[in-house]
Amino acid sequence: MSITAVLLEVKNGTIKKASREALALAMNGPGQVAAVTFAAEAADLAATLPGVATLYHVTGAGDVYQPDVHAATLEALIKEKGITTLLAAHSGRSRDLFPRVAARLGAALVTDCVAINLEEMCAVKPVYAGKLLARMRAAAPVNLFTLRPNVYPAELPAGSGNPELVAVTAADVPVRSRVKEVVAGEAGKIDLTEAAVIVSGGRAMKNKENFALLQELAVVMNAGVGASRAAVDAEFAEYAMQVGQTGKVVNPKLYVACGISGAIQHFVGMKTSKVIVAINKDPEAPIFKKADYGIVGDLFEIVPLLKAELEQTLNG
Amino acid sequence: MNIFVCIKQVPDTEASLSVEGGCKVRESGLKWVVSPYDEYALEAAVQLKEKTAGSTVTAITLGPARADGVLRTALAMGVSAAVHVESEADLDHQTIARCLAAAIKTCGEPDIILTGKQAIDGDAGVLPLFLGEVMNIPAANGVIALEVADGVALAEREIEGGARERMELNLPCVIGATKGLNTPRYPSIMGIMKAKKVEVKKFTPGELQVDVPEPVLKVETLSAPEEKAPGRIIEGEPADAVRELVRLLRDEAKVL
Repeated sequence: MSITAVLLEVKNGTIKKASREALALAMNGPGQVAAVTFAAEAADLAATLPGVATLYHVTGAGDVYQPDVHAATLEALIKEKGITTLLAAHSGRSRDLFPRVAARLGAALVTDCVAINLEEMCAVKPVYAGKLLARMRAAAPVNLFTLRPNVYPAELPAGSGNPELVAVTAADVPVRSRVKEVVAGEAGKIDLTEAAVIVSGGRAMKNKENFALLQELAVVMNAGVGASRAAVDAEFAEYAMQVGQTGKVVNPKLYVACGISGAIQHFVGMKTSKVIVAINKDPEAPIFKKADYGIVGDLFEIVPLLKAELEQTLNG
Repeated sequence: MNIFVCIKQVPDTEASLSVEGGCKVRESGLKWVVSPYDEYALEAAVQLKEKTAGSTVTAITLGPARADGVLRTALAMGVSAAVHVESEADLDHQTIARCLAAAIKTCGEPDIILTGKQAIDGDAGVLPLFLGEVMNIPAANGVIALEVADGVALAEREIEGGARERMELNLPCVIGATKGLNTPRYPSIMGIMKAKKVEVKKFTPGELQVDVPEPVLKVETLSAPEEKAPGRIIEGEPADAVRELVRLLRDEAKVL
């Protein structure tokens, strides 16, 4: 029988939404569903997972992610438990961990999928930064997939009975690389690849200081702040904020592009946004052809107005 | 140091793409470039060579005959030698990593292997880590800062939400470079002239004793995503237009 295991990432004591999306996809698929977590709060989480057969709780891996240990642990777990499919949200963690596990197992791996059919072992994945979609078939004895956040509803199907909690001891392997330190990003910063709303600025922001304007709007909307390549190359914004083919591919429900012309390299990074709003002075800017709603105007006038209007609407 | 840099030839980022035969990108008229993240790897490799006397950098690419072009670019940027693993076939990540590993071994024991964090065609972002596993050496991907000294590499990676991870890797290791690591140089005229005279070593996977099994991953179809219908411009005075925009976002698009 096929066993699909889902790697659950936990933040502030709860399962991340993107992980719940992957779990929901697995639970709507064939075979048995198991979950795996490295989080200490596993026992509490089990109560929130009716319908999942088993929750594997890895202990002794340490508080800091160590690639060699985590990869060896998953490799052993998959072999020992006969897991045939391993699924996770496409995240910083799975981006690092899954290729290592797949290579060790000779498994097939499709990253950043926008659709996964577990019956057919097929997945749809944007390639060339989303200029094209590839339908790929995974045909190894063990197949791994990572699911792009915000493409699959996070509603877990109803099920009965809590999972059996099974403790798994982390693999004891020689460590060839050591994570020495994790330097936190700015507090409260929203990760762009998981953000539901993104406010983004382009070269027309003119300087670094003006990005504060977008930060303020972002606070009102509970949004992440992004930037175009032009803005990053001009050093108005850091690379972690870059949206586009050579930056992050994002998938929010609302993307507000401020002073961004809409070059293809930027567009491919955000085109799957459910709704795109463009604010630009130039009525000929290509972004208006791609946006759902556009306002032709000076962003330095429009953005503060928008912030005020949203404050009223969202709080009223 | 014996330095290696693995690079891939991809269509230019500005290219519009179309599909032929159901699962191939139409190649006629395309401009080909070094995959952008590989340029950071190339620059880092050449900088390492310049810093450490007696070092060599070998650039390796895997791909069809046309992929030779990226090796000329690499040579013009200052790498010492170039190897082309020629294959027209669609290979899976495991086989690609095994081909690259075998090509590296033809040039001796590596001290460090650099490559881009992902090629911008397949966008998998897995090769640096596959290569590390296949060679049984440590690897880090998405590296934005790198120092190599005393048998270890210190790599800084961007993780989520702007956080950074500092990692120490025993040498030899694989480093997947990303934007922020450095500013790639432009090839000099002299470099371009010199590059033309260097002989590129060519191998097939078979000549490297790499067997090519049936790929575990296959592209069945390639298609263009649906285009969105063009939206609308909200006219009027700025304050009115903004009010209307918020109304539409709330009532029509229902995203607020």
